[in-house]
Amino acid sequence: MKAWQLHIICFILCFSCENESVEQYVATPSPLNIPKLFEDNILAPIIPTDNPLTIEGIALGKKLFFDPILSSNNTQACADCHNPENAFTDSNKFSEGVEGVLGNRNSMPLFNLAWNYDEKFFWDGNTFSLEHQAFVPVSDPIEMNSNWTEVEQKLQQHSEYPVLFEQAFGVSKIDSTLITKAIAQFERTLISSNSKFDKHLLGKVTLSPEELNGFNIFMNEAKGDCFHCHGSDKNPLWTDNLFHNNGLDETFSDLGLGTISGDPADNGKFKSPSLRNLAFTAPYMHDGRFKTLDDVINHYSEGLKNSPTIDPLMKKVAQGGVGLSNQEKNDLKAFLLSLSDYDFINNPNFIIE
Amino acid sequence: MILLITFSSCHEDNDDKITLANVTFNFSHNWDGTSVTNSDFNSIKFTNEKGNQLSIERLRYLISKITFYKSDGSITEIDGYNLVDVTNNENLSFSPAAFITTGSYNDVTFTFGFNNEDNSKNYTDLNTASWNVPEMLGGGYHYMQFDGKFLNGSNEEQGFNYHAIRAADNPGENPTFPQDTFFNVSLGAITIASNTTFNIEMNIAEWFKNPNTWDLNALNQMLMPNSSAQIMMYENGQNVFSLKSVNQ
Repeated sequence: MKAWQLHIICFILCFSCENESVEQYVATPSPLNIPKLFEDNILAPIIPTDNPLTIEGIALGKKLFFDPILSSNNTQACADCHNPENAFTDSNKFSEGVEGVLGNRNSMPLFNLAWNYDEKFFWDGNTFSLEHQAFVPVSDPIEMNSNWTEVEQKLQQHSEYPVLFEQAFGVSKIDSTLITKAIAQFERTLISSNSKFDKHLLGKVTLSPEELNGFNIFMNEAKGDCFHCHGSDKNPLWTDNLFHNNGLDETFSDLGLGTISGDPADNGKFKSPSLRNLAFTAPYMHDGRFKTLDDVINHYSEGLKNSPTIDPLMKKVAQGGVGLSNQEKNDLKAFLLSLSDYDFINNPNFIIE
Repeated sequence: MILLITFSSCHEDNDDKITLANVTFNFSHNWDGTSVTNSDFNSIKFTNEKGNQLSIERLRYLISKITFYKSDGSITEIDGYNLVDVTNNENLSFSPAAFITTGSYNDVTFTFGFNNEDNSKNYTDLNTASWNVPEMLGGGYHYMQFDGKFLNGSNEEQGFNYHAIRAADNPGENPTFPQDTFFNVSLGAITIASNTTFNIEMNIAEWFKNPNTWDLNALNQMLMPNSSAQIMMYENGQNVFSLKSVNQ
């Protein structure tokens, strides 16, 4: 062996020994506990390889989610517009930002986000990945109106956060990437899977005759025909996570997906929301136009409006819809409410004490 | 000794090359000979046999059970299925993981949709794609979702949902099945000498043409519970697919 080769090996060994003496936090892996109905029926959730879930990362994300420190004047947290009691949406039609300005779309509920397979977030799918989604509201002038550099500095100077970031990510220098990674980790743990209907599918409870009939209306192509966009008992997400024009308007003041894609054929299309937790998520639709679930059902029954991009899955548009009877409407409502998960909104892991 | 090993290795390599081949199935689409891709969607630009002017907004369909029938009587069945999604330009090419032995085959076939046995199984990817058929109609999966709009008698755009499934009567807890509506597509005889690509065409216009001239004014929506319509789709589907070419 030549002398220079020996020197290189010694240098590597010394360097390695020096590193071993440095104390470094290693976060504890915390894989998602996947519900049986999800495991049995749909594909595995999306967990980015560069942001695996850890106990420390999830705890940090939860703390950040409920901390108004992310807003410009320290008055507004993520949870203010994504309230756990409302399945992490806002009971107001539009949310008010730190400057008192209202948004123009209803806050989206947050659950089962790891199963949004194409990772397009927001009503118009304008943002790819949950991590990137968490970037948006912090610096949006009509939401938290913050400057990311200032947020990083506030957290860096905080008495607790530098240690928490060290524990979660092994680095003490806080940056926006790590902040949003932590929030995304927490958001991925927001799993809703224990509604009455879930328990029915697992053989634990029996549905009422009204709920069962409502489910049949939901699945009947000649009645509700809800399943083509909102899935079925074989898809516990209760959404296709795709974009549809569901006949709300003849002309559009908000182009939805069309603004993002630039394709006129996408005008007026918005993401199908999950039908889980409707008991907590009023008002409904992308603009919160419907105050009650009855309003929503009436829309599909007799309130459809035609437009060039209305989804062909909308039935009997010329008649305003499928024309459900009052009994059918009541039963459909009973079924839809059976998809609400009271354990989810009361889960202590999702609530700040 | 070294020479012996060298000769032996070369002999084995040559054997591998001549006995196994990859196969790929490409799916393309036309309207009576004019190519159709998703860039042609969302505008009224097609006219069917009946004279209905129509658009395509969504087209996806399932193929399964690709089977090779060899001249010596042996049958090779490829596991798996493929959900061709023309709307999103996904899965237009399907390359099964399995290899096919080279040689002469009397026929190569695939199933449009699922046969009844396969249709009764649970598939997580198809559930995720909201491809299910309601249990009241027997459950299982769609064979095809073909959605669009046509100009109705009032010259207004109206939606249609040409959804092919297993035909069912008496929707409810115990539906009955008047006849099978999946069907096998024959691609004919072929000699496979090396890796092979089958280029398969769907003539979309055929769904409306033969033997049933389809009038969208009469049959447009809520066709899943309509077993007569399902049987008509099955009949018209017999001439929809053809083998355009084979590349080896």
